[in-house]
Amino acid sequence: MSLMKRISLIFRSKANRALDRAEDPRETLDYSYQRQIELLSKVRRGVADVATSRKRVELQANQLEQQSQKLHDQAQKALSMGREDLAREALTRKSGLVGQLNDLKAQQAQLQGEEEKLTLASQRLQAKVESFRTRKETIKATYTAAEAQTKINEAFSGISEEMGDVGMAVQRAEDKTAQMQARAGAIDELISSGALDDASQVGQGDDISRELEAMSSDSDVESELAALKAGSSGATAPPAIESTDSTPPAPEEPQSQRPQSQQQREEGPA
Amino acid sequence: MIVRILAEGQWDISEDHLTRLNELDAQVETAVEVGDEVTFSSTLAALLDEVRKGGSTLADDSLVDSDLILPPADATLAEVRELLNDDGLIPG
Repeated sequence: MSLMKRISLIFRSKANRALDRAEDPRETLDYSYQRQIELLSKVRRGVADVATSRKRVELQANQLEQQSQKLHDQAQKALSMGREDLAREALTRKSGLVGQLNDLKAQQAQLQGEEEKLTLASQRLQAKVESFRTRKETIKATYTAAEAQTKINEAFSGISEEMGDVGMAVQRAEDKTAQMQARAGAIDELISSGALDDASQVGQGDDISRELEAMSSDSDVESELAALKAGSSGATAPPAIESTDSTPPAPEEPQSQRPQSQQQREEGPA
Repeated sequence: MIVRILAEGQWDISEDHLTRLNELDAQVETAVEVGDEVTFSSTLAALLDEVRKGGSTLADDSLVDSDLILPPADATLAEVRELLNDDGLIPG
Protein backbone atom coordinates (compact mmCIF):
# COMPACT_ATOMS: atom_id res chain seq x y z
CA MET A 1 0.00 0.00 0.00
CA SER A 2 1.07 3.54 -0.67
CA LEU A 3 3.33 5.18 1.85
CA MET A 4 1.14 8.30 2.00
CA LYS A 5 -1.93 6.19 2.62
CA ARG A 6 -0.28 4.11 5.31
CA ILE A 7 0.78 7.16 7.28
CA SER A 8 -2.69 8.68 7.08
CA LEU A 9 -4.29 5.44 8.27
CA ILE A 10 -1.99 5.33 11.26
CA PHE A 11 -3.00 8.85 12.21
CA ARG A 12 -6.66 8.01 11.74
CA SER A 13 -6.56 4.87 13.83
CA LYS A 14 -5.04 6.84 16.68
CA ALA A 15 -7.88 9.33 16.49
CA ASN A 16 -10.47 6.56 16.39
CA ARG A 17 -9.04 4.83 19.41
CA ALA A 18 -9.25 8.04 21.39
CA LEU A 19 -12.87 8.50 20.32
CA ASP A 20 -13.82 4.96 21.26
CA ARG A 21 -12.71 5.47 24.82
CA ALA A 22 -15.41 8.01 25.63
CA GLU A 23 -18.86 6.92 26.83
CA ASP A 24 -20.70 10.09 25.96
CA PRO A 25 -19.07 11.39 22.76
CA ARG A 26 -19.74 14.94 23.87
CA GLU A 27 -17.33 14.43 26.74
CA THR A 28 -14.64 13.75 24.17
CA LEU A 29 -15.04 17.28 22.93
CA ASP A 30 -14.20 18.87 26.25
CA TYR A 31 -11.42 16.46 26.97
CA SER A 32 -9.91 16.97 23.55
CA TYR A 33 -10.20 20.74 23.86
CA GLN A 34 -8.27 20.60 27.12
CA ARG A 35 -5.53 18.63 25.47
CA GLN A 36 -5.44 21.07 22.57
CA ILE A 37 -4.88 23.96 24.96
CA GLU A 38 -2.11 22.01 26.66
CA LEU A 39 -0.49 21.24 23.35
CA LEU A 40 -0.74 24.86 22.30
CA SER A 41 1.19 26.01 25.34
CA LYS A 42 3.68 23.21 24.79
CA VAL A 43 4.33 24.42 21.24
CA ARG A 44 4.79 27.97 22.46
CA ARG A 45 7.28 26.79 25.05
CA GLY A 46 8.98 24.86 22.27
CA VAL A 47 9.31 28.03 20.19
CA ALA A 48 10.83 29.86 23.17
CA ASP A 49 13.27 27.00 23.88
CA VAL A 50 14.46 26.85 20.31
CA ALA A 51 14.88 30.65 20.29
CA THR A 52 17.00 30.46 23.44
CA SER A 53 19.23 27.83 21.88
CA ARG A 54 19.53 29.84 18.70
CA LYS A 55 20.59 32.93 20.63
CA ARG A 56 23.18 30.94 22.52
CA VAL A 57 24.66 29.60 19.29
CA GLU A 58 24.64 33.12 17.83
CA LEU A 59 26.51 34.43 20.84
CA GLN A 60 29.10 31.70 20.52
CA ALA A 61 29.48 32.36 16.82
CA ASN A 62 30.09 36.04 17.59
CA GLN A 63 32.72 35.15 20.16
CA LEU A 64 34.50 32.87 17.74
CA GLU A 65 34.23 35.51 15.03
CA GLN A 66 35.90 38.06 17.30
CA GLN A 67 38.58 35.59 18.21
CA SER A 68 39.19 34.86 14.58
CA GLN A 69 39.36 38.56 13.73
CA LYS A 70 41.81 39.04 16.57
CA LEU A 71 44.05 36.31 15.20
CA HIS A 72 43.85 37.90 11.77
CA ASP A 73 44.93 41.26 13.21
CA GLN A 74 47.73 39.58 15.10
CA ALA A 75 48.95 37.92 11.94
CA GLN A 76 48.97 41.25 10.18
CA LYS A 77 50.84 42.90 13.01
CA ALA A 78 53.35 40.07 13.22
CA LEU A 79 53.96 40.28 9.50
CA SER A 80 54.52 44.03 9.69
CA MET A 81 57.15 43.33 12.31
CA GLY A 82 58.82 40.84 10.06
CA ARG A 83 57.78 37.82 12.14
CA GLU A 84 56.39 35.49 9.51
CA ASP A 85 56.61 32.54 11.89
CA LEU A 86 54.29 34.24 14.36
CA ALA A 87 51.91 35.31 11.59
CA ARG A 88 51.80 31.75 10.35
CA GLU A 89 50.93 30.49 13.81
CA ALA A 90 48.15 33.05 14.21
CA LEU A 91 46.69 32.06 10.86
CA THR A 92 46.94 28.38 11.72
CA ARG A 93 44.97 28.99 14.89
CA LYS A 94 42.49 31.03 12.95
CA SER A 95 41.92 28.22 10.47
CA GLY A 96 41.17 25.96 13.43
CA LEU A 97 38.40 28.34 14.45
CA VAL A 98 36.90 28.58 11.01
CA GLY A 99 35.71 24.98 11.10
CA GLN A 100 33.99 25.51 14.43
CA LEU A 101 32.50 28.74 13.19
CA ASN A 102 31.04 27.14 10.07
CA ASP A 103 29.57 24.39 12.20
CA LEU A 104 27.96 26.95 14.50
CA LYS A 105 26.57 28.89 11.57
CA ALA A 106 25.00 25.74 10.17
CA GLN A 107 23.45 25.04 13.58
CA GLN A 108 22.21 28.58 13.79
CA ALA A 109 20.49 28.27 10.43
CA GLN A 110 18.95 24.95 11.41
CA LEU A 111 17.62 26.33 14.69
CA GLN A 112 16.27 29.35 12.88
CA GLY A 113 14.42 27.02 10.53
CA GLU A 114 13.05 24.99 13.44
CA GLU A 115 11.91 28.16 15.15
CA GLU A 116 10.06 29.37 12.07
CA LYS A 117 8.42 26.00 11.52
CA LEU A 118 7.24 25.78 15.12
CA THR A 119 5.96 29.34 15.04
CA LEU A 120 3.88 28.54 11.99
CA ALA A 121 2.72 25.29 13.58
CA SER A 122 1.59 27.14 16.66
CA GLN A 123 -0.33 29.65 14.52
CA ARG A 124 -2.05 26.86 12.61
CA LEU A 125 -2.90 25.00 15.79
CA GLN A 126 -4.23 28.13 17.42
CA ALA A 127 -6.56 28.77 14.47
CA LYS A 128 -7.75 25.16 14.52
CA VAL A 129 -8.28 25.09 18.28
CA GLU A 130 -10.37 28.23 18.00
CA SER A 131 -12.40 26.72 15.20
CA PHE A 132 -12.81 23.51 17.19
CA ARG A 133 -14.04 25.42 20.23
CA THR A 134 -16.77 27.10 18.20
CA ARG A 135 -17.84 23.83 16.68
CA LYS A 136 -17.77 22.09 20.05
CA GLU A 137 -20.16 24.62 21.55
CA THR A 138 -22.52 24.31 18.60
CA ILE A 139 -22.51 20.54 18.82
CA LYS A 140 -23.15 20.49 22.56
CA ALA A 141 -25.98 22.99 22.27
CA THR A 142 -27.68 21.47 19.26
CA TYR A 143 -27.36 17.72 19.30
CA THR A 144 -28.19 14.86 21.62
CA ALA A 145 -25.43 12.41 22.36
CA ALA A 146 -26.68 10.03 19.69
CA GLU A 147 -27.06 12.70 17.05
CA ALA A 148 -23.78 14.35 17.88
CA GLN A 149 -21.64 11.37 16.94
CA THR A 150 -21.04 12.14 13.27
CA LYS A 151 -20.42 15.82 13.87
CA ILE A 152 -18.02 15.03 16.65
CA ASN A 153 -16.14 12.52 14.54
CA GLU A 154 -15.63 15.12 11.85
CA ALA A 155 -14.37 17.83 14.16
CA PHE A 156 -12.36 15.40 16.19
CA SER A 157 -10.49 13.66 13.41
CA GLY A 158 -9.46 16.96 11.85
CA ILE A 159 -8.02 18.36 15.05
CA SER A 160 -6.52 15.11 16.20
CA GLU A 161 -4.48 14.77 13.02
CA GLU A 162 -3.19 18.30 13.56
CA MET A 163 -2.34 17.47 17.16
CA GLY A 164 -0.45 14.39 16.11
CA ASP A 165 1.47 16.45 13.56
CA VAL A 166 2.24 19.31 15.92
CA GLY A 167 3.11 16.95 18.77
CA MET A 168 5.59 15.25 16.51
CA ALA A 169 7.06 18.56 15.33
CA VAL A 170 7.60 19.71 18.91
CA GLN A 171 9.22 16.41 19.80
CA ARG A 172 11.59 16.57 16.85
CA ALA A 173 12.50 20.17 17.59
CA GLU A 174 13.22 19.25 21.20
CA ASP A 175 15.45 16.38 20.13
CA LYS A 176 17.40 18.52 17.72
CA THR A 177 17.77 21.32 20.25
CA ALA A 178 18.99 18.90 22.89
CA GLN A 179 21.66 17.56 20.54
CA MET A 180 22.83 21.04 19.72
CA GLN A 181 22.84 22.12 23.33
CA ALA A 182 25.21 19.33 24.18
CA ARG A 183 27.59 20.59 21.50
CA ALA A 184 27.05 24.21 22.51
CA GLY A 185 27.95 23.28 26.07
CA ALA A 186 31.20 21.77 24.86
CA ILE A 187 32.04 24.92 22.90
CA ASP A 188 31.20 27.14 25.89
CA GLU A 189 33.66 25.13 27.93
CA LEU A 190 36.28 25.45 25.25
CA ILE A 191 35.81 29.19 25.03
CA SER A 192 35.86 29.75 28.76
CA SER A 193 38.89 27.55 29.35
CA GLY A 194 40.72 29.23 26.51
CA ALA A 195 41.48 25.80 25.15
CA LEU A 196 40.24 26.83 21.75
CA ASP A 197 43.25 29.11 21.50
CA ASP A 198 45.56 26.16 21.95
CA ALA A 199 43.51 23.63 20.01
CA SER A 200 45.36 24.19 16.80
CA GLN A 201 48.52 25.60 18.22
CA VAL A 202 51.60 24.41 16.43
CA GLY A 203 54.86 23.80 18.16
CA GLN A 204 55.68 25.50 21.39
CA GLY A 205 56.12 29.17 22.05
CA ASP A 206 54.53 32.06 23.83
CA ASP A 207 51.06 33.20 23.30
CA ILE A 208 50.99 35.29 20.16
CA SER A 209 49.63 38.43 21.68
CA ARG A 210 52.08 38.32 24.57
CA GLU A 211 54.94 37.99 22.15
CA LEU A 212 53.61 40.76 19.96
CA GLU A 213 53.14 42.96 22.97
CA ALA A 214 56.66 42.31 24.10
CA MET A 215 57.87 43.07 20.61
CA SER A 216 55.90 46.26 20.32
CA SER A 217 56.98 47.52 23.72
CA ASP A 218 60.55 46.78 22.67
CA SER A 219 60.05 48.84 19.57
CA ASP A 220 58.38 51.58 21.60
CA VAL A 221 61.49 51.75 23.74
CA GLU A 222 63.64 51.86 20.64
CA SER A 223 61.64 54.68 19.12
CA GLU A 224 61.65 56.66 22.34
CA LEU A 225 65.33 56.14 22.59
CA ALA A 226 65.74 57.37 19.03
CA ALA A 227 63.62 60.39 19.83
CA LEU A 228 65.69 61.11 22.91
CA LYS A 229 68.89 60.88 20.94
CA ALA A 230 67.50 63.18 18.28
CA GLY A 231 66.41 65.56 21.03
CA SER A 232 69.77 65.74 22.76
CA SER A 233 71.60 66.40 19.50
CA GLY A 234 69.51 69.52 18.78
CA ALA A 235 70.32 71.88 21.65
CA THR A 236 66.89 73.50 22.04
CA ALA A 237 64.55 70.60 21.30
CA PRO A 238 62.34 69.57 24.22
CA PRO A 239 62.68 65.98 25.38
CA ALA A 240 59.83 63.79 24.12
CA ILE A 241 59.53 61.46 27.10
CA GLU A 242 55.72 61.32 26.93
CA SER A 243 55.61 60.61 23.25
CA THR A 244 55.11 56.96 22.33
CA ASP A 245 55.57 57.26 18.60
CA SER A 246 58.77 57.61 16.71
CA THR A 247 57.99 60.81 14.86
CA PRO A 248 60.54 63.45 15.62
CA PRO A 249 59.47 66.46 17.64
CA ALA A 250 57.59 69.17 15.76
CA PRO A 251 59.71 71.86 14.14
CA GLU A 252 60.69 74.53 16.57
CA GLU A 253 58.85 77.79 16.67
CA PRO A 254 60.73 81.00 17.48
CA GLN A 255 59.33 81.25 21.01
CA SER A 256 60.76 77.85 21.96
CA GLN A 257 62.87 79.50 24.56
CA ARG A 258 59.89 79.64 26.96
CA PRO A 259 59.81 77.39 29.95
CA GLN A 260 59.30 73.85 28.78
CA SER A 261 56.18 73.06 30.83
CA GLN A 262 54.26 75.90 29.26
CA GLN A 263 55.18 74.85 25.76
CA GLN A 264 53.99 71.30 26.38
CA ARG A 265 50.64 72.49 27.61
CA GLU A 266 50.09 74.48 24.47
CA GLU A 267 51.24 71.81 22.09
CA GLY A 268 49.12 69.35 24.01
CA PRO A 269 47.04 66.66 22.27
CA ALA A 270 46.58 67.42 18.56
CA MET B 1 -8.19 15.17 -2.18
CA ILE B 2 -6.55 16.50 0.98
CA VAL B 3 -2.83 15.90 1.43
CA ARG B 4 -0.86 16.80 4.53
CA ILE B 5 2.87 17.32 4.63
CA LEU B 6 3.81 16.83 8.25
CA ALA B 7 5.14 19.97 9.94
CA GLU B 8 3.98 22.07 6.97
CA GLY B 9 0.24 21.95 6.60
CA GLN B 10 -2.49 20.67 4.30
CA TRP B 11 -3.12 21.03 0.57
CA ASP B 12 -6.12 20.39 -1.62
CA ILE B 13 -4.90 18.43 -4.63
CA SER B 14 -6.84 17.89 -7.83
CA GLU B 15 -7.31 14.31 -9.01
CA ASP B 16 -5.22 14.76 -12.14
CA HIS B 17 -2.13 15.32 -10.03
CA LEU B 18 -2.62 12.03 -8.34
CA THR B 19 -0.94 9.86 -10.94
CA ARG B 20 2.32 11.76 -10.64
CA LEU B 21 2.08 11.74 -6.84
CA ASN B 22 1.53 8.00 -6.82
CA GLU B 23 4.56 7.43 -9.02
CA LEU B 24 6.79 9.45 -6.73
CA ASP B 25 5.22 7.90 -3.68
CA ALA B 26 6.05 4.43 -4.98
CA GLN B 27 9.65 5.48 -5.53
CA VAL B 28 9.94 6.83 -1.99
CA GLU B 29 8.41 3.66 -0.64
CA THR B 30 10.86 1.46 -2.52
CA ALA B 31 13.75 3.58 -1.27
CA VAL B 32 12.51 3.12 2.30
CA GLU B 33 12.20 -0.63 1.80
CA VAL B 34 15.68 -1.13 0.40
CA GLY B 35 17.22 1.50 2.69
CA ASP B 36 18.54 3.73 -0.09
CA GLU B 37 19.14 7.07 1.67
CA VAL B 38 20.13 9.01 -1.43
CA THR B 39 17.14 8.03 -3.55
CA PHE B 40 14.94 8.47 -0.51
CA SER B 41 15.85 12.13 0.04
CA SER B 42 15.68 13.09 -3.63
CA THR B 43 12.36 11.37 -4.32
CA LEU B 44 10.81 12.62 -1.07
CA ALA B 45 11.83 16.18 -1.99
CA ALA B 46 10.28 15.73 -5.45
CA LEU B 47 7.09 14.30 -3.98
CA LEU B 48 6.69 17.17 -1.52
CA ASP B 49 7.39 19.72 -4.25
CA GLU B 50 4.71 18.18 -6.40
CA VAL B 51 2.19 18.57 -3.57
CA ARG B 52 3.19 22.17 -2.87
CA LYS B 53 3.07 23.08 -6.56
CA GLY B 54 -0.01 21.17 -7.53
CA GLY B 55 -2.27 21.99 -4.62
CA SER B 56 -3.87 24.94 -2.90
CA THR B 57 -3.20 25.36 0.80
CA LEU B 58 -6.07 24.91 3.23
CA ALA B 59 -6.99 27.72 5.59
CA ASP B 60 -5.38 27.48 9.03
CA ASP B 61 -8.73 27.10 10.78
CA SER B 62 -10.01 24.25 8.60
CA LEU B 63 -10.72 21.05 10.51
CA VAL B 64 -10.55 18.25 7.98
CA ASP B 65 -8.53 15.10 8.11
CA SER B 66 -6.25 14.24 5.24
CA ASP B 67 -6.60 11.45 2.71
CA LEU B 68 -2.85 11.21 2.40
CA ILE B 69 -0.09 12.17 4.81
CA LEU B 70 3.52 12.72 3.88
CA PRO B 71 6.65 12.78 6.05
CA PRO B 72 8.24 16.12 6.94
CA ALA B 73 10.72 17.53 4.43
CA ASP B 74 13.71 16.91 6.70
CA ALA B 75 12.69 13.38 7.70
CA THR B 76 15.37 10.72 7.65
CA LEU B 77 14.77 7.27 6.28
CA ALA B 78 14.89 5.87 9.81
CA GLU B 79 12.24 8.33 10.95
CA VAL B 80 9.93 7.33 8.14
CA ARG B 81 10.33 3.70 9.10
CA GLU B 82 9.44 4.60 12.65
CA LEU B 83 6.50 6.65 11.43
CA LEU B 84 5.12 3.58 9.68
CA ASN B 85 5.29 1.69 12.89
CA ASP B 86 2.00 2.25 14.69
CA ASP B 87 3.61 2.76 18.08
CA GLY B 88 6.28 4.96 16.61
CA LEU B 89 6.65 8.67 16.27
CA ILE B 90 3.10 9.95 16.37
CA PRO B 91 2.20 10.95 19.93
CA GLY B 92 -0.92 9.09 21.02
